[in-house]
This record gives sequence, C-alpha cells and structure tokens, in this order.
Amino acid sequence: MSLEPDRALMSAADLTAELPPDDETQFVASAGASAAVAGQWTLMLWKFQRQKVAMASLVVVLLLYLVAVLAEFLAPYGVDMTRPQYTYAPPQGISLFATTADGGWQFLPHASGYRIVVDEVAMRRTFEIDPEKIIPIGLFVTGETYKFWGLFESNLHFIGPVNPADTVYLLGSDRIGRDVLSRLIYGTRISMSIGLVGVVISLALGVFLGGISGYYGGAIDTAIQRLVEVVSAMPTIPLWMGLAAAIPLTWPPALVYFTVTAIVSLLGWTSLAREVRGRFFALREEDFVTAARLDGSSEMRLIFRHMLPSITSHLLAMVTLAVPAMIIAETSLSFLGIGLKPPVVSWGVLLQDAQNLRAIANAPWLLFWPALAVMVSVLSFNFLGDGLRDAADPYDN
Amino acid sequence: MTTENHTVLEVRGLSVEFTLRGGVFTAARDVGFRLQAGRTLCLVGESGSGKSVTARAMMQLVDTPGRIAGGNIMLGSGETAVDIARLNPRGEAIRAIRGRRIGMIFQEPMSSLSPVHTIGAQIIEVLRLHLKMDRQQARTRTIELLRQVEIPDPERNIDRYTFEFSGGMRQRAMIAMALACNPEVLIADEPTTALDVTTQAEVLDLISRMQRELGMAMLLITHDMGVVAEVADDVAVMYRGRIVEKGPVDEVFHGARHPYTKRLLSSVLKLERTSERKQVRTTAAAPILSVRDLGKVYQPRKGFLGRTPKTEVKAVSGVSFDLMAGQSLGIVGESGSGKTTLGRLILRIVEPTEGAVIYRPPTGAPIDVRALDKQGLRNLHQQVRLIFQDPFASLNPRMTVRQIIADPLVVNRIATGAALDARVSELLSIVGLDPAVMERYPHAFSGGQRQRIGIARALALNPRVLIADEATSALDVSIRSQMLDLLLELQQQLGLSFLFISHDIGVVRYFCDRVAVMRRGRIVEIGPAETICTAPEHPYTKALISAVPHPDPRHKRMRLRTRLDA
Repeated sequence: MSLEPDRALMSAADLTAELPPDDETQFVASAGASAAVAGQWTLMLWKFQRQKVAMASLVVVLLLYLVAVLAEFLAPYGVDMTRPQYTYAPPQGISLFATTADGGWQFLPHASGYRIVVDEVAMRRTFEIDPEKIIPIGLFVTGETYKFWGLFESNLHFIGPVNPADTVYLLGSDRIGRDVLSRLIYGTRISMSIGLVGVVISLALGVFLGGISGYYGGAIDTAIQRLVEVVSAMPTIPLWMGLAAAIPLTWPPALVYFTVTAIVSLLGWTSLAREVRGRFFALREEDFVTAARLDGSSEMRLIFRHMLPSITSHLLAMVTLAVPAMIIAETSLSFLGIGLKPPVVSWGVLLQDAQNLRAIANAPWLLFWPALAVMVSVLSFNFLGDGLRDAADPYDN
Repeated sequence: MTTENHTVLEVRGLSVEFTLRGGVFTAARDVGFRLQAGRTLCLVGESGSGKSVTARAMMQLVDTPGRIAGGNIMLGSGETAVDIARLNPRGEAIRAIRGRRIGMIFQEPMSSLSPVHTIGAQIIEVLRLHLKMDRQQARTRTIELLRQVEIPDPERNIDRYTFEFSGGMRQRAMIAMALACNPEVLIADEPTTALDVTTQAEVLDLISRMQRELGMAMLLITHDMGVVAEVADDVAVMYRGRIVEKGPVDEVFHGARHPYTKRLLSSVLKLERTSERKQVRTTAAAPILSVRDLGKVYQPRKGFLGRTPKTEVKAVSGVSFDLMAGQSLGIVGESGSGKTTLGRLILRIVEPTEGAVIYRPPTGAPIDVRALDKQGLRNLHQQVRLIFQDPFASLNPRMTVRQIIADPLVVNRIATGAALDARVSELLSIVGLDPAVMERYPHAFSGGQRQRIGIARALALNPRVLIADEATSALDVSIRSQMLDLLLELQQQLGLSFLFISHDIGVVRYFCDRVAVMRRGRIVEIGPAETICTAPEHPYTKALISAVPHPDPRHKRMRLRTRLDA
C-alpha cells in the first residue's frame, strides 16, 4: 500500500511552476506552528488573556480565596475574641509616623487609641479616636494562639498590635467588642466556599440530568424538562424557610452549613441543566459526533470522549457565573436568619448585626464592610465568568 | 450598443485592509476596473481571493476591523462624479447611493431578507425611502416589480413572508428589491451559489434579461467559471487580493495569459470530461452493495387536540440499485431529492422504514443490513465508511490529527502504541499529508487538507465501500479536482467501491462509472455516466444536465436548455 503522497498535487502544480504552490501540502513554518499544536485550553487562555477586566477580576477572586485559606494567619484576632468594654468602637486609622518626645518624627506604624466619652443626655458611652494615644502595630506579630485549619498551633499574625494586650479595631468592633476585620476575614472562608460546594452539587445534578435529557431526547427529555420547570416555578424564599426550619436546632454548625448548601443547590441546578441540554442537542447532530459513532465508539465513549470535552470550557464559564448566585443566596438566607447562624461566621451572618436601625446609626461599619465584601466578590465572579464565556469557544473564527 | 457603453462606475487602485492582532492583512490590493452601462463584468476567484470584500467596499459595507485604505471608487462621470471611497460609511451621502444608485443582491436570500416582514413590505420600504412614493404608489410599483421578476400571482405573493418562498423565489424577490429604484449599477455577490442548478439557470436568465432591459452596469461575483462563461461580457480574475487578469470573456477563456487563470481554467475544464485515470472496467464485476426498494417514510405527529395531521413525508422511496465491486456509482440530485438521506439509510444512521440493503463482504455470506444487531452494525461500519461534506464540522476541533485518525483503530482495538502511530503515519502519507503534522489540531489546516484528514480516518479500517456525501462540494475548484484524483488513485490502489453523492454533474461525470439521478426521493434514471451526461432519456435528467453552465463562452449551453414544467 504505497502511494506517492504528492502525485495528486503535482499535476496541478506542474502547470504553473511560477505560481506559488497550492496550499495543500505546504504548512506555515514557524509563525503558526505554536497555534497549530495548541489545544483548546491554550487557545482559550490566549483569548481570555486579551480581556483586561476579566483578568483583573481573576486576580481579585484569587486574592479572596487566598484570604479564605489564610484566614487565621491574616486576622489580627480570633473570631470570638470579645472585649465587652469596647462596644461599637469605631474603626481606627493607621498612621505610619509618630511624633517623638523631643518633637521630631519617627517611623512607627500605629493606630490611635480611644477616648471614652460619656454622653450624659443619652446615658451612653461612646468612643472617640484619640490621636494622643499611640498603639504600635506591626506585621508578623505574635498574638492570640490559634490552630491553623485545626492542624498546628501558631501565634503569628500577619497584622496586629505589637503588644498583644493592646486593642486594635482597624474596621471597628461590634456589639460585644469583636473585631470586624477578623470576623470579615473568617467570613470569607465560609462565604466563598459555600458558593463552590453549592455549585459542585448543582453542576453534578445539572450536567447529569441535562446531559441525558439532551442526549436521549424523547420521553426522557420531556420528563426532565417538566421537572426543571416545576423546580424553577417554586417560590424560593418560602421554600428555603420551610426547609431551613426542618433543620434540627441541635445539629452542629458544620452540618447545618452543608445542609444549607445542599438546599441552595437543589434549586440552583435547573438553569445549568437547561444549558447543558441545549449544548448536547446541538452536539448530537454534529458531523464529528456522527463520525465517531460510525467509527464504532460506544455510547459512553461518545459522551465522555467526544461530546463532554466540547462543552467543558462552556461548563467552566457557566459555573463561574453560578457561584455569585450562590454567594448572594447564602447571604440573603443568613441575613434572614434561616441560613447560617452564629457561632458560624459568614458575610451574611455578619450582616445580621446590621439589621436594626440603631446599629446602623451608631456603627455603620457593621453594614458597610460585609456588604462591600459581597459586592466585590459577586462582581468579580461575574466579570470573570463573562470573560470565560467569551473565551469558551476558541473555534468560532 | 455604442451609446450605451459609457462608464458608470470606475474603481481605481482600491485597497482594503483589515487590522488584525499581529499585523495588517490586505484583503484587496490595488484593484481597478470599470463598469459600463449594459455590460456585465464578472469578478472570479476562489474563496479568500478578496472578491466579496471588493464588492462590499463599493457600497462602503466593509465590516470592522476592515477599512478602505486607498484608491477611488468613482460613481458617475464628469462634474457630478462621486468618490464612494471618500464617503462616510454612516453618512447621508452613502445611504442615498445604497439601494438607490447601486443595487445589491446577496448570496443567501434567507438571511438577507427579513423573516418578520412580508416580501412586499420590504420592497415598499425601499421605494418610500428613496423615491418618496406614497403607500399606494409604492404598492402598485412593487406588484409590477414582482411581476417583472416572474413571481407568479404578485397581487397575492406581495403579502407573504420570506419563509413561504422557495430559495429561487426568495432570490427573485431579492432581485426585485435591488432593482426597485432602477439603479445604475447592480452588484450581485454569488447570487446563485446557494441555489440548485436548474433554479440557478432561471435566476441567471432573469438577471441578465433585467440588466439588458434596464441598461444597467452589472458586477457579478462568482467562483463558478461556468456561470462566467454564460453571462459575462468582461472578466476580471482575482487571486490573493489582486486582479491578475482582465479582459473580454472570450479572450480570457481562450487566450489566458496569467498562470493562475490557466490553472483555474484547466481544473474547470478537467471536470468537463471523465478522468483519464478511470480505466474501462470489465463488466464481470459483482455487486458489493445492493439496495432494493429502500424507503424512509416520516410519519406525521398527531396534531394538537386531535387536529388532522399532515400527510406522511416520503424522504426516499422505492430506491433500488447495485454498486459493483471496484466501481463508483454517482447519486445526483438537487437539494431535497433525498440523496443524503439515502446515504444515511444505507449505514442506518437513519433507520429505513422499508426495503432492503444487502452488503456482500469479500468472504462469507451476504449481510442483510436491516437485520443487523448493534455489534453487527458496528462490523458493517468498519467496511462501509462515510466521508462527510463539511471538512470543518466533521473533525473534532478538540482532538489532534493523530487522535482523530487513530480513534477508529482504538475503539475497534485494532492497534495500540507504536503500531498505532505507524498506521496513522501511513494513512497520512496515503492521503498526501506529511506525517509530521499529526500533533496538530484541525484548525491549523485548510479545507482541502482537512478533507484529506477525513479521508484518512475513513480509510483507517481498510474499508471496502466508501460513501462520499458531497465530499468535494465545500472545496474550491482547483482543490476539488485534486481531491477527486486522490480518490481515484485510492480506488485503484485499494480496490475501493464508491457511492458518490453529489449535486455537481461535472464531478460525477469525472469520477463515476455509473450515475443514478434522484428526484423527490426516487431514482428517475440510472445508467453509465457517459450516457446519462451526454444522452439522458428522462426529461428531468435532460433539464438538469442542460441547466449546468458550460465553461466556454463560445458554447453557451444554458440558453438552449430544456425546461421542465414541474
């Protein structure tokens, strides 16, 4: 079975020796070579890198997860450190230079201490920043002892007062004198991960049900689609409330946490399933899938080797866009008191403290910082997801 | 003739550039030509030669990131001449020209007409916009226009929607729209490429008649040398963004000077006869594949709330033929004739509802394809393979060439490891590709190269029969004849039998021993290729063959064609 490879081309090429040869067996040498052997992820990466906003959002998202991972180390205090004498203490600013005794300046990062003012009309103690009191702060200081991820003990903190006995509330304190910054950092861990865990469950359900719905079609498809419609027609908040009320109060916080996640994701899979079904429908008719079937591929191979890889990049984009919905859902549930409950700390739980007007009037930082955290994370996930979606099909041109 | 032939539009030194990542791509470079009243200039070239970009530039319709980088497009002459190249693409001035002084017909009548407005409303809009007619005048004029483009019953059809029209009717409506304001120049960008050959002949007839009647200058863009020979007065040949040759049609066809033109013409003329590679075969060949009364009937779904369902649709019915071992049988037909379905019925990608398919393997008993179970069908698919039409859709973009070609070998557990690599290399050399490219992904290849990869995949399992479904339709004409020669060579080397499905009579005559002509799901005529192509019996075949444009301006076949009143 030996054919001269070029014979079919020569007859045409002979005619026109002075013309550049037909493109048929000529390959672009160096310039296109890297693109020629670039797989879908490489092409997708190239396309993604061109989108500046999405790249910036990716950095923000990664930073948020870094905070979540290193929470114990980054937080100046433990999550339950209470100092009841500092109720609703306002945020202290950081200054880098301090006046010395002789009137000169020296480099001394510090926060200003508090002065207690008693409001005689309202019969209330309030705190004012006193620039005279200097509380030196530093990086990598020793402080409260903690167990990192419950694995090993350490007392090293990224930031905190140089003297562990001092109090520093960089973002203010709450009703019982807990440090908002520390709690926000610990809340990041829960809030950013509940989104992921929830999405993984939604993804599994969505891909599985959407996949068989799209691949088999017919009666199976009809049944699944009706289920999707019923689930998405349910009024979510009353349903959540009902399900959450069913969680026994005696359960440990971690178990409640996972149950809430499961509840949120049991309703969140429908849009994913619809999208996966649409993609499978379209793919099923593709020539290359028919070709693979004629090659003798089994159904499993067809789905997992030929069809699924074609939608993984789309799935990644869909998942990224689904995470912020989960974060919002967790926040609203916890805010309403039917999601996570103290002592678990999440952004939603933190916002519970900002539920009454008095707290907001006296301590707006209780509302501001958790809300900002939610917004930043949701926005960057959305921008990231949009960028991924645009890059998800690198073969459209 | 003498008074008519003044220049209406002149293009001088036109360049169109696209700013892309990593440089500027010049799609058209220093293009120049004249359009004269009452004459047709054909701009020919293969895909990517810059012919459509040139046409769009003349209406200032170049898509971003493209822009006109230089040159003039002078509409009119003397004092009143306008340089279109200098006009703002979004300005008032160019809009007064588009549709008013220059009419344009696009390739896809479905996507260039709005599906949510009636045909009439779209033409009336043009008239009211440009000629400031009132509603009643515009309607009367539209009916008149529809009558001119031979749309039957224009009073009724004016209020119909695009989807109610066939492809040919849509293109007629598009022509009516382009001609609504009596433009001085008509630009037709591949106006018949999406149409069947008999419809193409009708539409080309209509276009040239309208042009003569209205004395317009016409620019017709096409890749089909046959169409050029039939309708052109002058020809300009484009190659890689430049016009390499231009002149009166007869001079270009019979005295081509530029090597590219010569090559283009020779590959076209090659498809006007049977291949020399095809040897006259002895008649003793035995059938390898027999099809008897094969049919596919689509049962209508029951209507909602017991409404009477439509009648059943017979996509294919009563088809019988024998494919002889080592021979090629062509299946010719227009779109909707059921030829693609036929190919899929034989492989049972679509389940037949009636008839029988018998495959006779080299050893062993004949196989009744319709009775096969899953495993039996899988074995059959190793011996009877399909080559797809679209070289872009039929290769998984996420797999390397090695993975694509190796896939049938892997799933059928035929080869692994080094033996697999060796076989893939061998297959790549057989189809004329360098084995070193096997690590590349399909996007690194041109259409012709991809089709070769598809052929290599089909050959991987040592098949006996190949069903080629429009395997060369998506390719440029010069690549097309190379591909056919490759298939002929493979046929001789490997003793393959081909079922060659195509709408292109030339390709079938070049390639096939016998031809079956399909119409509305049935075979109307079957016989030796030469006989069918030169002396057809059935009136439909006659109409079909005579509608194929002949690439020689001295023998315009289309004008003398037989018409079939369906």
